[in-house]
Amino acid sequence: MSRDTLINLIYLFSATTFLLALKGLGSPKRARRGNVIAAIGMTVAIGATFFKYVDGHPLRHVGLIVLAMVIGVIVAVPTARLVQMTAMPQLVAIFNGVGGGAAALVSITEFMHIHSSNPATYITLEVLLGVLIGTVSFSGSAIAYAKLQELMTGRPVTYPGQQIFNGLMGIAALGFIVTMLVTGSMVLLWALLAVSFVLGIAFVLPIGGADVPVLISLLNSFTGLAVAASGFTLGSNLLIVAGTLVGASGILLTRLMSKAMGRSLANVLFSAFGSATTAGGAAAGEERPVRSASPEDVAVLLGLATKVVIIPGYGLAVAQAQHILRELAEVLESKGIEVDYAIHPVAGRMPGHMNVLLAEANVPYEQLKEMDEANIELQTADVAIVVGANDTVNPAAKDDPGSPIYGMPIINADLAENVLFLKRSMRPGFAGIENELLYNPKTTLVFGDAKDTLTKMVAAVKQN
Amino acid sequence: MGNVLLQYATVLMLSIFIGIEIVAKVPSILHTPLMSGSNAIHGVILVGSMIVLGNANTNLEEVLGFLAVLLATLNVVGGFVVTDRMLEMFKPKKKVEKKEEAAQ
Repeated sequence: MSRDTLINLIYLFSATTFLLALKGLGSPKRARRGNVIAAIGMTVAIGATFFKYVDGHPLRHVGLIVLAMVIGVIVAVPTARLVQMTAMPQLVAIFNGVGGGAAALVSITEFMHIHSSNPATYITLEVLLGVLIGTVSFSGSAIAYAKLQELMTGRPVTYPGQQIFNGLMGIAALGFIVTMLVTGSMVLLWALLAVSFVLGIAFVLPIGGADVPVLISLLNSFTGLAVAASGFTLGSNLLIVAGTLVGASGILLTRLMSKAMGRSLANVLFSAFGSATTAGGAAAGEERPVRSASPEDVAVLLGLATKVVIIPGYGLAVAQAQHILRELAEVLESKGIEVDYAIHPVAGRMPGHMNVLLAEANVPYEQLKEMDEANIELQTADVAIVVGANDTVNPAAKDDPGSPIYGMPIINADLAENVLFLKRSMRPGFAGIENELLYNPKTTLVFGDAKDTLTKMVAAVKQN
Repeated sequence: MGNVLLQYATVLMLSIFIGIEIVAKVPSILHTPLMSGSNAIHGVILVGSMIVLGNANTNLEEVLGFLAVLLATLNVVGGFVVTDRMLEMFKPKKKVEKKEEAAQ
């Protein structure tokens, strides 16, 4: 068997592990094993590549390759291991972005290499698509990261003529591609790179912070497609298979995610124009009366309940209050009170994020109720405790057609007899929208840091 | 445009359908790990990065290739480690479940 055949066989093995891994990731039991299988397949593929002959000679610059890899490992492992679970989404964004950047660089470098030999038009097209998609993914992910990390505002960034500007950038990118296909000019490649970079930023800016997870999934899919394009250029089946798998599954996953928010993908990507600004400003200006109480007061209410539903949100994780929340639930249960957690599909910053955070705090799995089930439970609940959630319980999603989150399925906290709303201040939630639930006569606000408030509530409930 | 391109196109088509089929029935709890896991898988661009750096002729190609290998390594390693950490979180609760079942 020739060297080339053997390496390609190894690549075939790796591609198979990727398929098995994606399949495994779809079931809670096999997910972790699936991830390990893919990691093994990846390692084998990378190892085999060191022995590959390119254009009839062994790999050159092996020292440089190893050096770059060592630096990469030294940076990536501690970052991935040490970052807070709450910061997971932005970490996925950044790792996705660098992948897109790598794909764009591979396409550019390969094109420079073969440029002098006048490559066929279709090869140029593959290169240009790789550069365009990879770069959009790179710069778009960087902005997504900045939004989630709160380095910039999480609200949609809009300015007059934005749609026209984005449209023009898109047309410019297409124009460069067509011109390059005809002329093969190298200068335009750099122009395309610049335009793609700006396009990625411009595309992400108007998307609100709450929608960013859906966006990351889409950019993830883009990177997959960019990798597939590089695969065409390099003539690598492995890159084509892996890139396309991620690209195709990513687009479906993106649609599933937007569906979980009760919206179409187009609505997520383009709805920020106009609507958000009007709805946000309407009620925000005026001072309206709310009812608030101390943690000790509401503990009495909890002591009288027979059924409590907890509605956690991202703010819970930010306050690092998952563990004390579980403690409160346990104290209530020891008094014979039934406790459930109502998990909105997009609670946290990504679908399933809240499940991960609560699992970390050892909350029993069977107490976590998905939205539909939770809404039934709430009808018979005495108290609903909203901790760190806001947009996912906002009735505006049902009542106010002008609201940016109109149509999103919500957890109907107001079905319970009483609503306890634990909140740091009257500041609106991540999406920046006023919440009518705060002014509902059933609602009692408990101001303060979630961890602090919950600690006091635990102590008070214990005493009762 | 020859048989080779046609062969790649065939692989592309099949991969699209398999990719869609595979995630069609994933529970929403696993959307995040699935996204993160597939994020790691497109880190396979590292193989392509190694090839372009290993084939670089000019200084510019070397610099770009080096950057590509570096970024791709971040993608692969970071992707797998983050996914593993996420999925680790799903494990302890299963133990709890089992313990409770045993207790009952």
